[in-house]
Amino acid sequence: MADAKVIPFGESGRRGRAAAGAPPVPPGAAGSEDRRSAGSGAAGLDEALARGLAFVRRRLSGDYEVDDFGYDEHLADAVLGTVLRPLFEKYFRVEVRGMENVPDTGGALIVSNHSGTLPWDGVMLQVAIRDQHPADRNLRLLAADLVFQLPFFNWLARKGGHTLACVEDAEELLGRGELVGVMPEGFKGLGKPFAERYKLQRFGRGGFVATALRTGVPIVPCSIVGAEEIHPMIGNARVLARVLGLPYFPVTPTFPWLGPLGTIPLPTKWTIQFGEPIETADQPPEAAEDPMLVFQLTDQVRETIQHTLYKLLMARRSVFF
Amino acid sequence: MTGAARQLSGRFVRHIRRDPDVVRVIGVDTRSPAYPLGGAEFVRADIRQPSIVAVLAEYAVDTVVHLDVHGTPATAGGGRAAVKELNVLGTLQLLGACQKVPGLRSVVVKSSTQIYGTAVREPAVADEAAPPKAPAGGGFAQDVAEIEGYLRGFARRCPDVRVTVLRFAHVLGPAADSRLAAYFKLPVLPTVLGYDPRLQFVHEDDVLDVLSRAVRDGRAGLGAGTFNVAGEGVLMLSQAARRIGRPTLPVVKALAPVLGSALGALGLGGASAEQIRSLVHGRVVRTERLREAMGGPLRYTTPETFADFAAVHGPGLLPPDVVTRAVDRIEEVLRRG
Repeated sequence: MADAKVIPFGESGRRGRAAAGAPPVPPGAAGSEDRRSAGSGAAGLDEALARGLAFVRRRLSGDYEVDDFGYDEHLADAVLGTVLRPLFEKYFRVEVRGMENVPDTGGALIVSNHSGTLPWDGVMLQVAIRDQHPADRNLRLLAADLVFQLPFFNWLARKGGHTLACVEDAEELLGRGELVGVMPEGFKGLGKPFAERYKLQRFGRGGFVATALRTGVPIVPCSIVGAEEIHPMIGNARVLARVLGLPYFPVTPTFPWLGPLGTIPLPTKWTIQFGEPIETADQPPEAAEDPMLVFQLTDQVRETIQHTLYKLLMARRSVFF
Repeated sequence: MTGAARQLSGRFVRHIRRDPDVVRVIGVDTRSPAYPLGGAEFVRADIRQPSIVAVLAEYAVDTVVHLDVHGTPATAGGGRAAVKELNVLGTLQLLGACQKVPGLRSVVVKSSTQIYGTAVREPAVADEAAPPKAPAGGGFAQDVAEIEGYLRGFARRCPDVRVTVLRFAHVLGPAADSRLAAYFKLPVLPTVLGYDPRLQFVHEDDVLDVLSRAVRDGRAGLGAGTFNVAGEGVLMLSQAARRIGRPTLPVVKALAPVLGSALGALGLGGASAEQIRSLVHGRVVRTERLREAMGGPLRYTTPETFADFAAVHGPGLLPPDVVTRAVDRIEEVLRRG
């Protein structure tokens, strides 16, 4: 298993270059990959090499498929397996509970809290589902339009299978029977000050509930503990944020003082808990037009996530262990 | 039929001539057709001039197929202003003339999926039912939006005439002369750094099929309405470049228009500033409506269309099989070492 993890790092470095459309790597460059995995056994290395090169071969000849939203399963699984899984298992040591609440088939809307200044919680949620769900499912997150404006980020988000948070895309994905993830707090949750950690922000206007009602999919509340402390945001440089066109400009104990090093998240211990699904299939389709029902369901989801967060926090021994 | 001098129009005329229900085909353009029209009559007329009414009346036209809507100039010397004039004013005059012809039953217009624009805040998969928004930035997308605006007005004024709008994705194929075809013929493809648009293509053979279905009456036809016409599936630009074996040259977004203009000045038409701008976000359309009307999907999917194009116009400097062999060689060297 350890061998299997070694290769892909070399592979992913290559992937970046390949995907940017650069010409194939000259033969000399491949040596680094060889050296990096030199410590492992000969058989493991052999297999690793074969797999790495098979991946590169497929990437460079364009022999893979993407869906309408740009989800590139071949690439996403490679990045997930090589870069993100070690982060998930070794760095954040994510503990996943209640995976049985995520349905095996059909559409479902996973609603989660959002925190951490940088959206690592979304990425880890995706890894949790991809790696630990028995039915081999993939999470399609709904992201803010800022993500799709920024170069490279839009590229990563689309290839990871995520799309713009809008009613049309959400309904389309749910209609295709996909698992859709949404973080209704948005930037209010992601960029909230450290002092307000684990206090859920407003859940928008409940658009996600209306979408679930219209498509008749269950809502699965999800609580993530640990992401709040990865970048403790002690200040917000509002003027700078406005100049850069960002929703906030975080000031943390390490950022911007340490430059790029400040963007390394703290190695907190995470828990992701999926709650019991709230069924919407028994509601008539016109229920989505009923603001009272939508508000009531929105509150119910919000309360469930908040209570679970408090419960998980009570049981937590420390932030880092 | 308008725009008869163009390659695709020429093919459509020959295609539709084989239909036994079609008695007579009249091609109209300002230039003589460069491609054989296969027995159809040709009338040299300018759709921007009111004289087009006389043509329609003289031949007692019952169906108008307006194909003279293009993103590229017909002749090498034509600029963007001429294209816009032909697209917008041509359509306006043509529709005005159509209104005056009593026996007219149907109008079929070639439009483009570029009407959806490539804005970030739009859904990833565009639908015909989406309210039409004027795409920002002008260019061909704006022409198409204006043309469809005129068409809606025309459909309101002449409720007896069946109006079919076909929003074609990028047309590709062995002989296609679309804007994107010119782009993919460049030896090195300029792209925007940090973006990888999703692309959809429609095969030129499918274009002919859809057009000939659109001009038919009754159940064999498509009926009135707006249809997205695109092959199933999606290719990313980077993926398409690799499949056709052409290296890409990523350019910083701010510099892309400059590069486009520079290439344009050098006479390389495939990479205008507008073209590169349209290659930032890409657009995918829903094709359920057409599939239902046609009774099945188009013959070519997007990847198949591209493969057919690449078979004729590729491979470029980095053919996929050469790249694969290079990787094989690396593997061999590594194993021996």
